[in-house]
Amino acid sequence: MITKRIIPCLDVKDGRVVKGINFKGLGDVASPVELAEYYSDAGADELVFYDITASAEGRRLFTDVLTRTASKVFIPLTVGGGINTVEDFDRVLKCGADKVSVNSGAIRDPSLVERAAARYGSQCVVLSADVARVDGGFRVFARGGREDTGMEAISWIRGCVERGAGEVVVNSIDTDGVKRGFDLELLGAVCECVNVPVIASGGAGSVEHFIELFEKLPGVDAGLAASVFHFGEIKINELKAEMAARGIPARLQSAKE
Amino acid sequence: MTAIVDYGVGNLFSLSCSLSYIGEEAKITGDRREIIAADRIILPGVGAFGDAAGKLTSTGLGEAVREAARAGKPLLGICLGMQLLFEYSEEFGRHEGLGLLRGHVVPVSSRPGFDARLKIPHIGWNPLIIMPGKPLLKYTSDGDCVYFVHSYCAVGCDESLAAVTEYSVPLTAAVQKDNICGCQFHPEKSGNTGLDILRAFCGKDRGARQC
Repeated sequence: MITKRIIPCLDVKDGRVVKGINFKGLGDVASPVELAEYYSDAGADELVFYDITASAEGRRLFTDVLTRTASKVFIPLTVGGGINTVEDFDRVLKCGADKVSVNSGAIRDPSLVERAAARYGSQCVVLSADVARVDGGFRVFARGGREDTGMEAISWIRGCVERGAGEVVVNSIDTDGVKRGFDLELLGAVCECVNVPVIASGGAGSVEHFIELFEKLPGVDAGLAASVFHFGEIKINELKAEMAARGIPARLQSAKE
Repeated sequence: MTAIVDYGVGNLFSLSCSLSYIGEEAKITGDRREIIAADRIILPGVGAFGDAAGKLTSTGLGEAVREAARAGKPLLGICLGMQLLFEYSEEFGRHEGLGLLRGHVVPVSSRPGFDARLKIPHIGWNPLIIMPGKPLLKYTSDGDCVYFVHSYCAVGCDESLAAVTEYSVPLTAAVQKDNICGCQFHPEKSGNTGLDILRAFCGKDRGARQC
C-alpha cells in the first residue's frame, strides 16, 4: 500500500535557509544543500524549497542551491515561491526540481495552472493554497497569507485541480505556528472535493499530530512542516517509526551501511 | 559510458546526476551513433505514450535503441521509457511501442478489481514485491519503497516481470528479460533503493556507495 509522505519545507533567502536551525552534526546549519542531505538521510520522503528572495541575485543563488541539491539528494524536490509564469517553471525544472508549486501566481492568473500542466504535465504542478476562516467560511489568501482575496477556498482549490493541478498543499493560516495540530476541519473539506494528493500543512507540534492527521483523514497523503523539523522537536526517523508502529503505512529507511 | 536517450521528452537532469553520483559516466544524447556505441542505454520518458513513440520513430532513435538492445546491450527504460519497451499501449487509442518485451500498456484504473476510490495518478512511495532471479534487483529487498508517478501500467508481461507493487491490485513495477530492463518507478528519485538499482544496472559495486 502506498505510504504516507513526510515533507520538510525549507525557506531559502539569498541561497541560505532562514528560520533558526539547531542540529548536531550539521556543519553549516544554514546551508540548504547540507540540510537537504540531512533530511533525506533521516527518511524525508520529499523536500520543498520555498524561494523567499526578491532580488535577481537571490534568485540566481536559489537556482544554484537547487542544482547542487539535485546532484546529491535523490528524492523528489518541489520548488515554490515567485512562480508567476511558465518561464519560471522552466527555470526551476531545468535546475533539478521535479514539481513546482504555485500560489499567488495562480491567484493573479489562474490560467497559469492550465498552461503549466499542458506543457509539463499535471504531475509537475502543485497548487499551494493559504486558507483562513473569515465570517464562518474558508477564504484563500495571497501574498504569503497577508491579503484576503475574498475567494471561497474550497471552490478555488477544486477549480485549480480541474485546470490541471496534480497535487494540493493546504496551509491553514489559523493553525500555522500554533503547534496544536493540523486543521482537520479544513483538510477534511478539501479531501471531500478533490481526487488528487492532498498535503497538509500548518499546525504540527508533535508526532501525535501527524498520527491524528493520518488516522482521522485517510484522504490526506502527506504532512508538511518546517520549524518543528528544523528545531529537532520532531525527528523524522522517530516520526516514521511511530507511524509504522501505529499501523500507518510509512517508508522506513533501510539501515545505512 | 551510459547513453541517456534524449528525444525531447522529460527532464534528464536528475537522472544524469544520479548516474554521476554512483560513479557512472553518463551522456545525454540524441545521436544514433553514440547510442549504438554506448556500453549501456537508458530510455527515459514522461508524458503521453503516443507523442513519445512518435518522436522515437521520427528521430530514428527508437530504431537505434532497438538495434542496440537486439545486439545484447543492456537497456533500462524508466517510467514511460519502460512502457515504450512493450508491444503497444492503449493510452488515447492504440500506439505501437518498440516491441522489445511481450506485453502491453493499459490504464491503472482499468485493472480488474481496482478500487475506484484510489487516486490516479498513482503518486508516491510504494513497497516492491520482488520476483526471484532478476539481476536488476540483486541489491533490492522485498518491502523497499520506490517513488512512482503514473496512470498507466504494463500487463501481460509475465515472462519479464521482476517486481510488482500493490495499489489495491498488483501493478507491474519492474521488468527484466536478459539485457532488457524497465522500472515503472523513478530510480533516480527513490533514494538509496533507487541508486542501488542503478548500480545493479550499471555493473557498479554496492560497496562504492558514498556515505
